[in-house]
Amino acid sequence: MSSVPHDHAVPHDDHGYAHHPSGLMRWITTTNHKDIGTLYLWFSFTMFIVGGMMAMTIRAELFKPGLQIVHPEFFNSMTTLHGLIMVFGALMPGAVGFANWMIPLQIGAPDMAFARMNNWSFWLLPPAGFLLILSLFVPGGAAAAGWTLYPPLTVQAGMGMDLTIFAIHIMGASSIMGSINIITTILNLRAPGMTLMKMPLFCWAWLITAYLLIAVMPVLAGAVTMLLTDRHFGTSFFNAAGGGDPVLFQHVFWFFGHPEVYIIILPAFGIISEIIPTFSRKPLFGYASMVYALSAIAILSFIVWAHHMFTTGLPTAGILFYMYATMLIAVPTGVKVFNWLATMWKGSITLEAPMLFAIGFLFLFTLGGFTGLVCSIQPIDVQLQDSYYVVAHFHYVMVAGTLFAFFGGAYYWLPKWTGHMYDEKLAQIHFWISFVFFNITFFPMHFLGLAGMPRRVPDYAQQFADWNMVASIGAFGFGLSNFLFLYVVIKCIRGGPKAPAKPWEGGSTLEWTVPSPAPYHTFETPPVVR
Amino acid sequence: MIRTSTGHKNARRLRTLGTVAAAAAPGAAFADWQIFHPPPVTPVGADIIVLHLFIFWICVAIFFGVFGVMFYSLWRHRKSVGHQAVQFHENTMVEIVWTVVPFLILLFMAFPATRTILTMHDTSSPDMTIKVTGYQWKWNYDYLQEGFGYYSNLTTPIAQIENREPKGPNYLLEVDNPLVVPIDTKIRVLITAGDVIHAWWVPAFGVKQDAIPGFVRDTWFKAEKVGIYRGQCAELCGKEHGFMPVVVEVKSKDDYVKWVAEQKQKLAAAADDPNKQWDLKDLVARGEKVYAANCTACHQANGKGVPPAFPPLDGSKVATGPKAAHIDTVLNGVVRDGKPTAMVGWKQLSDTDLAGVVTYERNAWGNHTGDVIQPSEIKAARK
Repeated sequence: MSSVPHDHAVPHDDHGYAHHPSGLMRWITTTNHKDIGTLYLWFSFTMFIVGGMMAMTIRAELFKPGLQIVHPEFFNSMTTLHGLIMVFGALMPGAVGFANWMIPLQIGAPDMAFARMNNWSFWLLPPAGFLLILSLFVPGGAAAAGWTLYPPLTVQAGMGMDLTIFAIHIMGASSIMGSINIITTILNLRAPGMTLMKMPLFCWAWLITAYLLIAVMPVLAGAVTMLLTDRHFGTSFFNAAGGGDPVLFQHVFWFFGHPEVYIIILPAFGIISEIIPTFSRKPLFGYASMVYALSAIAILSFIVWAHHMFTTGLPTAGILFYMYATMLIAVPTGVKVFNWLATMWKGSITLEAPMLFAIGFLFLFTLGGFTGLVCSIQPIDVQLQDSYYVVAHFHYVMVAGTLFAFFGGAYYWLPKWTGHMYDEKLAQIHFWISFVFFNITFFPMHFLGLAGMPRRVPDYAQQFADWNMVASIGAFGFGLSNFLFLYVVIKCIRGGPKAPAKPWEGGSTLEWTVPSPAPYHTFETPPVVR
Repeated sequence: MIRTSTGHKNARRLRTLGTVAAAAAPGAAFADWQIFHPPPVTPVGADIIVLHLFIFWICVAIFFGVFGVMFYSLWRHRKSVGHQAVQFHENTMVEIVWTVVPFLILLFMAFPATRTILTMHDTSSPDMTIKVTGYQWKWNYDYLQEGFGYYSNLTTPIAQIENREPKGPNYLLEVDNPLVVPIDTKIRVLITAGDVIHAWWVPAFGVKQDAIPGFVRDTWFKAEKVGIYRGQCAELCGKEHGFMPVVVEVKSKDDYVKWVAEQKQKLAAAADDPNKQWDLKDLVARGEKVYAANCTACHQANGKGVPPAFPPLDGSKVATGPKAAHIDTVLNGVVRDGKPTAMVGWKQLSDTDLAGVVTYERNAWGNHTGDVIQPSEIKAARK
């Protein structure tokens, strides 16, 4: 039985203990990893909808040439906040939500290592998101210099910029605490017998991600702090007239920014590496090489940052170095894709919604990988840098990559979270709508970029009109499809066929050994892994 | 696409490269639905497209290989067709192969890329140099060797942007003063900015370079077709970022020389109205500056000169004698025994500057002729 002391005088139900507060206070004071995971996921989805509305504003303005709906400065705020909110508000908290829910369940731990800090790292996020949204309503408007915040443009901006800087500081603190928690949990709370090399790949992906976060979030904090002091306290870090260098900011920002890209994609790799073996009814083909590939990607991510700055006028030797290093990333990424394929090969595949999203991920993420390879070739990148081609490229890896993995992960674990099976038919419709409209939105952007359309413009020359209209139509469809997802999730929470402990025939990890829904407290006695 | 007057020729050139780009090359009208780079007009632009297609076709081959395997597996290895999972995993040989083969493919890609990079970044021995400065929200072009420069502003009327008028054919890609360059000339472009970071991008040239305030970067291009090429600022630079196009007009060498001469004349003409009637005081003030800039090295600020090499002007026969001879001396210099002397002609100065300096010399120091020489008299004396 449990060795955790608890109050026997309080009546309790079969699995959990009823001594936690109920109603709103339950969520504010909770230290339970499942509650906090749920909070993270709902916060992520809410911010996803907010960021999505901004994307809809952008696409509505770009539906036709000419200025129709918004002023250029507000348009710039939309692109800026869309980027910041999606990266820091939707994708990163979404990944932490999955981590909170699934890491303890997958390693047989009773909870996260630092339960109270876990609560704090979540509750830092809503104020940060609030600051970002609030910045739209202050004099001078929200930050409008792009999510990359390049000075000197950011030094010109109004107080919306300061709110953005504070929001980034708060989100960074939250991420660092979340990472410390995840690393400690994984290193210290694994069930007896679960060596690191027996851990589910999702946990491995998150362990590496957490190290990346701890390494680079302070760098971002440093960069935006220098921006803040340049703005208000007379320093000249990025002001050439005072002996600084505007390009220094880009170096510091991208030293954070490139690992950040992998921070967003590695947990998605982890989710995909759980789904594909389950629905192929086969173990992952090369577990060890997947771990090595993850590590290699993480290490390489620290030495490629200047490929985001190929047109800033780097020395030729620097360009060659960053180009070769960037191209090298294709090797471990290829290893991962080949491993997933080899896992499916000669399996016994079924195509439930999680698997559909995993295959959609594989297909579209690989496309994004190819365009990434094209961008890594510096002479080609000179044409593509800051064009719509780059917008297409990173949406293929961020949306069809991470977001599709999150949808797949949500369908995969919804039965465990809610105790009900989701509506499979609607979920599959959701996949196909997402897949089709995603491609209608973002595929034409490759053409626009190649034809010469710069990004972050509120208006464009007439030869770009056709593909822009197509992209906007796709975007509206893709935007709406997310409400179908919301409907399926709510329907699943409210009811549906009872989910067994192991709803997927091929499931092999520890979370499938606990009942569905997962009891409030699990693994109070650690399972023994052979 | 960015429309050029030589689209057809460029399209043909691309087809000779054996590329699919021809499919995307412009027709007579607007290239709607364009899916590829605009036709290149520089060697670097052409190199980039060749390189891009090379990488592209390798990616296409890998794509069909990889997803051929995936879709075969999805078709044949499904539970619904009765396929039983085969529980194999790990195979060191396979894993080494799929690590090493992509690495070799990358080496294969890196080689031509490196060659192109070395060409692109060789800004040495240019035929001419132009300085480009980005401002919120316009470009400034400075012809360093020619000594003139100008701003280049968007000319698309606000009514077109706000949809009150039909949009013109070069909507948002038209400027008052395009950058004008000669054909077949290696032009080094020095790029900087006056306020925030901008980026100077001409897709048809394969040139994009960030303009960074406080720092000068350089790039180069050598356009091989006469025409007008259009691009845009590529780095978010504030509110009007979408409204600062780059337009470059490539002229034949003869036309370019004519254009430069026109610019210089216009510049001189714009500086001062040649028909303006000046009074003594203003002309003397103007002339003093011109004298200080051009004459003091020899004739000295006090007009005493350094005899015998440089004669004094104070009380000299030329400066106190007939106007015409004085003007002739300043304009054409002094030739003695058929050889030019240290006194060279100053034709390169403007009429107003010359009128000023002659007037000054006739009314400075101990000279008090009271003569006022008007720019029109200088103009008449230029023959």
